[in-house]
Amino acid sequence: MEAFDPNELPELLKLYYRRLFPFSQYYRWLNYGGVVKNYFQHREFSFTLKDDIYIRYQSFNNQSEMEKEIQKLNPHKIDIGAVYSHRPIQHNTVKLGAFQAQEKELVFDIDMTDYDDVRRCCSSADICSKCWTLMTMAIHIIDRALKEDFGFKHRLWVYSGRRGVHCWVCDETVRKLSSAVRSGIVEYLSLVKGGEEMRKKVHLSTKVHPFIRKSINIVEKYFEEYALVGQDIFENKETWDKILTLVPESIHAELQQGFQKCHNSVQRWEHLKRTVSTNRAVKNEKFGPWVEWEIMLHYCFPRLDINVSKGINHLLKSPFSVHPKTGRISVPINLQKVDQFDPFIVPTISQICHELDMVSTNEDDGDKENEAEPDTKRHTRDYKKTSLAPYVKSFEQFLEELDKSRKGELLRKSDAQRDF
Amino acid sequence: MQFFGSKRKKLILAGDQRVASYPHSLQFYLQPPSENISLIEFETLAIDRLKLLKIVENLGVSYVKGSEQYQSKLEIEIRRLKFSYRESSDDEFEARRRDHISHFILRLAYCQSEDLRRWLIQQEMDLFRFRFSILPPDTVQGFLKDSHLQFETISKEEKALHSQDILDSSMPLGGNKYELEAVYKVPFADALDLFRGRKVYLERGFAFVPHQDIVSIILNDFRAKLSKALALTARSLPSVQSDERLQPLLNHLSHSYVGQDYNTQGNMGKISLDQLDSLAMKSFPLCMRQLHKALREHHHLRHGGRMQYGLFLKGIGLTLEQALQFWKLEFIKGKVDTDKFDKGYAYNIRHSYGKEGKRTDYTPFSCMKIILTNPPSQGDYHGCPFRHSDPELLKQRLQSSKVSQTGINQILDYVKGTHYQLACQKFFDLTHNIEDGMFSLNHPNQYFLESQKLLSGGREVRKEPSQPEVPQAKQSVQKTSNSTSSPPASLDSTLEMDMEGLEGYFSE
Repeated sequence: MEAFDPNELPELLKLYYRRLFPFSQYYRWLNYGGVVKNYFQHREFSFTLKDDIYIRYQSFNNQSEMEKEIQKLNPHKIDIGAVYSHRPIQHNTVKLGAFQAQEKELVFDIDMTDYDDVRRCCSSADICSKCWTLMTMAIHIIDRALKEDFGFKHRLWVYSGRRGVHCWVCDETVRKLSSAVRSGIVEYLSLVKGGEEMRKKVHLSTKVHPFIRKSINIVEKYFEEYALVGQDIFENKETWDKILTLVPESIHAELQQGFQKCHNSVQRWEHLKRTVSTNRAVKNEKFGPWVEWEIMLHYCFPRLDINVSKGINHLLKSPFSVHPKTGRISVPINLQKVDQFDPFIVPTISQICHELDMVSTNEDDGDKENEAEPDTKRHTRDYKKTSLAPYVKSFEQFLEELDKSRKGELLRKSDAQRDF
Repeated sequence: MQFFGSKRKKLILAGDQRVASYPHSLQFYLQPPSENISLIEFETLAIDRLKLLKIVENLGVSYVKGSEQYQSKLEIEIRRLKFSYRESSDDEFEARRRDHISHFILRLAYCQSEDLRRWLIQQEMDLFRFRFSILPPDTVQGFLKDSHLQFETISKEEKALHSQDILDSSMPLGGNKYELEAVYKVPFADALDLFRGRKVYLERGFAFVPHQDIVSIILNDFRAKLSKALALTARSLPSVQSDERLQPLLNHLSHSYVGQDYNTQGNMGKISLDQLDSLAMKSFPLCMRQLHKALREHHHLRHGGRMQYGLFLKGIGLTLEQALQFWKLEFIKGKVDTDKFDKGYAYNIRHSYGKEGKRTDYTPFSCMKIILTNPPSQGDYHGCPFRHSDPELLKQRLQSSKVSQTGINQILDYVKGTHYQLACQKFFDLTHNIEDGMFSLNHPNQYFLESQKLLSGGREVRKEPSQPEVPQAKQSVQKTSNSTSSPPASLDSTLEMDMEGLEGYFSE
């Protein structure tokens, strides 16, 4: 595999945008069937160019204009913003205050750095396959709630290219939600609260909301392997003392004693559960299964960045953009295979460019019959020759579903009109 | 009152029509009134409504909303002002008519700024909530129907199927209430106040709302409609204001919600810069002391702090020239040189005095605004010390202001009950040695004016002859945390967000 070298990025980007970036699918997504006039034309894109030059309020009339512009600028990073009341590129020409963000997908940003106090393997921007389980759990928990609780159909999960994941909820009604409702949704989905000054960040009560119960069910599937074995959160006194700050003080002594006798985290966890349940039987209303649930959630529950989700005009890194530090492509995650998703096999831009080179050389040697085909047509298929292909495919499946819903909606509307 | 161009109705209505115009003791105010009324009645109605809303505000601060005392006191006041409050067999036409017309007059007076709209929406919502709460159960359905609020109820089977989920999600339903009462199924976004705190069961985009919680859905709708209506009213306001009979009246009305907006005027230029340090110790509310001290210490404040403090200073009478001088002298002691100050900061100061850009003459922030919007983050010193400080830290600050232990406890109790303005007022009373309740605090500049009045003997001091500030206040400045703020008890954060949404309408 070709290692990624950031110095080569400018050259690689030229090739990537000329032959590999899936423009047609990308346009098909953001055009949303062309149902709403100027929906694509009023969408903000922003680009990060060489030397961190940042340009906002880009917008395009159509796919080919977008392609040409991107191929001209070769942005190191592409962000997607809101659909505005006017063409973003002309935002300076309209009356002050008239230029307003009107719609956007509901987005979520989950970033591994927010888990630094509960993962022991890595910190800040680093990730490994051990802590990636946090993202796996996050996707399962949030996606379940978006689908089952809120009834959202079109959820696109994307690997950010480095240390986290993004979710784009694209249902027509969701794109129109106010920022008040967006932050309400994030509040509903948040359980871990408080900053550095707050030790205990999860508080449950006797009544456990179905959302929490269902989230715990998901965490339970991973907890032993991830937290007890992988992170070994009860490894030694120092680490279990951290956990003790989350449980009622009256059982600390009993726990300390037991922990000393146990040999590993799994045993210590069993001991904790036993202690809690025997004390529960005695009396005290302060004890319940939520003591252990609070610990599980504290260590495993997703941590969302509310500001990204709340603002309609907030920008978020685009799918298929390249991460400038790692060179990895920001690829869609197949929801059927969340547990198999491995950030370390996500292709880098060097890798797919290299793959393309290999194929091209072979082709040039061999048959010449392709020459008759127009350039553009050939290029739309180029990605298929690289390891980007399966990711584009799952993006296409997502687009199909969007199309289906749109057709269903059109049918429903025309039925309603013919209501005699 | 035909500002809205709706059809004129016959002035005197026959009995049946009278009932038909106002079928209930509360309403959504969807149709503006269309009769002709005299200017005198216009004014009386407006003032009565304003009195009522002030009472709603004050009761909400003093009592727990919905508590027995709150309910009974509010009912007495509404009756005294002759507004409709209870469904009854008596002819309530006149009371309901007064309610209707006066509401629309206040919309005219309170649509003009964000603060006014926020205040009006909050009080009207509390009033509505009260009236809804005393609606007899058998008339609730009728009211909902007449207001075009129809909610789908779920079937017995569905209810049984989801009973555990619904019970686990909602406020406790006593006894066999669950069996008896209806459960409604509404789109989740309509139940924002319920779902954001996970107080309702959600499934496939619908919230399953037990009858007892339906008021929250209705209020959500009431707020949305009123916000929108106020935005629209603001747009058509210029034509109303061209009527010189109404314009002064409307202005007067909006200024009386707290008295005034505390924008400089009379006292401009009456303060000299070298007085500031001593004034800060004597007459500034805690929030401004905190900012003043931070500025003196760090020779810098971040944007939120410059706005909150700068406009306060403008309100107490600093002229533009003084303000420029004041900030510059302080900033150049720090990392900012003259050139950078003139380029970067002077513009903002002139801007806040209405000399740049849109030329808006900004008014000092009210407690409500300080408490509800733009909370301080890393590196910030603005906000309300009662709202935005760690209780331990606040306690230390109060101690250093020589507030007695009992006083501190009283203040912390208010803070616990989210009565931040009352906490600040208590601080005022304690540091000025007066007994409570001489005014109702809702603005840092009001704090300053009241303090000055007391200190200059302009006002009678009840306890002991003004020994105002008492030595303690001086030291108090040492600590940074103080402030004045405290919006009425209820910190309705959705209201805040609502206002954000409103900005959209206005900027179109």
